Amino acid sequence: MNIHEYQGKEVLRKYGVAVPNGKVAYTVEEAVEAAKTLGTDVTVVKAQIHAGGRGKAGGVKVAKNLDDVRTYAEEILGKTLVTHQTGPEGKEVKRLLVEEGCDIKSEYYVGLVVDRDTSRIVMMASEEGGTEIEEVAEKTPEKIFKEVVDPVVGLMPYQARRLAFNINIPKELVRDAVKFMMGLYKAFEEKDCSIAEINPLVTTGDGKVMALDAKLNFDSNALYRQKDIVELRDLEEEDEKEIEASKHDLSYIALDGNIGCMVNGAGLAMATMDIIKHYSGDPANFLDVGGGATKEKVTEAFKIILSDKSVKGIYVNIFGGIMKCDIIAEGVVAATKEMGLELPLVVRLEGTNVDLGKKILEESGLNITAADSMADGAEKIVSLVKE
Amino acid sequence: MSILINKDTKLIVQGITGATGLFHTKQAVEYGTNVVGGVTPGKGGTEVEGIPVFDTVSDAVEKTGANASVVYVPPAFAADAIMEAADAGVELVITITEGIPVTDMIKVKRYLEGKETRLIGPNCPGVITPDECKIGIMPGYIHKKGHVGVVSRSGTLTYEAVHQLSTEGIGQSTAVGIGGDPVNGTDFIDVLKQFNEDEDTYAVIMIGEIGGTAEEEAAEWIKANMTKPVVGFIGGQTAPPGKRMGHAGAIISGGKGTAAEKIKTLEACGVKVAQTPAVMGETLISSLKDNGIYEKCVTHK
Repeated sequence: MNIHEYQGKEVLRKYGVAVPNGKVAYTVEEAVEAAKTLGTDVTVVKAQIHAGGRGKAGGVKVAKNLDDVRTYAEEILGKTLVTHQTGPEGKEVKRLLVEEGCDIKSEYYVGLVVDRDTSRIVMMASEEGGTEIEEVAEKTPEKIFKEVVDPVVGLMPYQARRLAFNINIPKELVRDAVKFMMGLYKAFEEKDCSIAEINPLVTTGDGKVMALDAKLNFDSNALYRQKDIVELRDLEEEDEKEIEASKHDLSYIALDGNIGCMVNGAGLAMATMDIIKHYSGDPANFLDVGGGATKEKVTEAFKIILSDKSVKGIYVNIFGGIMKCDIIAEGVVAATKEMGLELPLVVRLEGTNVDLGKKILEESGLNITAADSMADGAEKIVSLVKE
Repeated sequence: MSILINKDTKLIVQGITGATGLFHTKQAVEYGTNVVGGVTPGKGGTEVEGIPVFDTVSDAVEKTGANASVVYVPPAFAADAIMEAADAGVELVITITEGIPVTDMIKVKRYLEGKETRLIGPNCPGVITPDECKIGIMPGYIHKKGHVGVVSRSGTLTYEAVHQLSTEGIGQSTAVGIGGDPVNGTDFIDVLKQFNEDEDTYAVIMIGEIGGTAEEEAAEWIKANMTKPVVGFIGGQTAPPGKRMGHAGAIISGGKGTAAEKIKTLEACGVKVAQTPAVMGETLISSLKDNGIYEKCVTHK
């Protein structure tokens, strides 16, 4: 789960991580009011969307006075920002962060991730702040320093110190940088983050070490014990169909194509997208109905697929294990009857009770194309959609 | 022969009285798995399906001599259950539970360091040695006894591969689901090593997916060590970056973990990669023929 920059900074502040003073604003008036309260000479007006690359897209402006704040707030609020992370359709800005400006001396990078190779949390730091860390990793990997954290003791001060010295934080600020990193780690661990990125971490003219930006992602498996984080969820930043799907415990991801997919199991669902593409079709979604799907769940899955107006055909690919094919077939028939399906529908069933499932589909009298294998089904739906 | 489990495996079920645990216990018993006990705290001294239930894992191990455990405990309590099994000296802990917080798994992995326990999963279908022992949620009947080892990050995609093999008369030695989480107990290399040493396994099919670099590392290991042919498949060739494709571990982040990169590395290391999931079986068969072991691997007509 993602949260906004201003929310991330609030979370970090509680852990003693230094962040600039700032306020969220939903309207131009609120933005001007926020700037007045801050009372600094320079304020920064920042678009709040769940994507990086906002600066380059014109979503971050430095205001020298209140008139500037008004002008920029008017300009950015309601604007659709297109960045390398939003996709071509972009994201509309509905919230702003109005923040005190600071006199930046140097920019650094500090991040925490779960490292799969070591099965540990790893803190990374670099002198090359402000740029894409992936780019740094590619071009100058020697400029990224890593510390692997032992979960028994957590990040140790010596590790934070080593990082601070390695990335050439000025000697007199190392102590503050260590405090910053220790706080960041604590927040990551206690709040069940999956990623925490501070890019840039800055040192300022008045001798501070601060997070100028904050990107926090949370492990969705741990949200049950992070109630305060769940409250920060901004549903407007998420796809409506994905929200609906998560209510029914379906794993759904919207894609750009026109063939709706309903599959059991994440691996098979991915593979189904791949095989559609192989036959020159375009999947409209990834949808895993899970292992224990019921007739009702199948119906909900159909509704979500059909709510995507670009869908021109549906491919159901099921390998019944514990999930029985007859249950799926009943669900498909019930959903089709309820929704009055007019689009081509190809169903491939295999596994437990497959014969019974096929019989239910045949006897339904509905216009369902049966497929013998995964490939056969993909070929059929692609050609039906092209007709 | 086989790897990890066989007819002598003595299994206990953690979470045996829950709906999922109970259902799959019945299925396992029906398949012929030797289920010697179950654990549900507070229900010790009772029986389900004629199987004795214990309050603690150590109690169950002491009374039954179990050497393997399967965990069906809900995600919030699963890490504790795995550590309890390790503490009781269980050699093999297979965790089916999906949705365990990753920080919990980091602690589990640390806890297991220096212990004899091997953890499989979490978020996996389990392990099956056809005709001998089934531990997990896979449909038993699609598997046939034979000589091809299967290792996979995905459940249903494993069934698809096994089904393609069985339909062509190619039986399996053992099929291992290592799970779709970013932090798991056993990786591809651990399983490949065992298949490499198993006299009864003649070839291996390895099913990976986007996210992480486990497939690339396995490819390098195969090139350096594997004496048996390995074919592969990578799911998620069309997955968009930055989106978690169902499995917690299936995400392309920072340009890393793409299917294209994995396929390239596998092929460079001599692993034949199936172009589509529909030809996983076919690709293996062609590799068996190339290596002159096709006849040896046909176990069913």
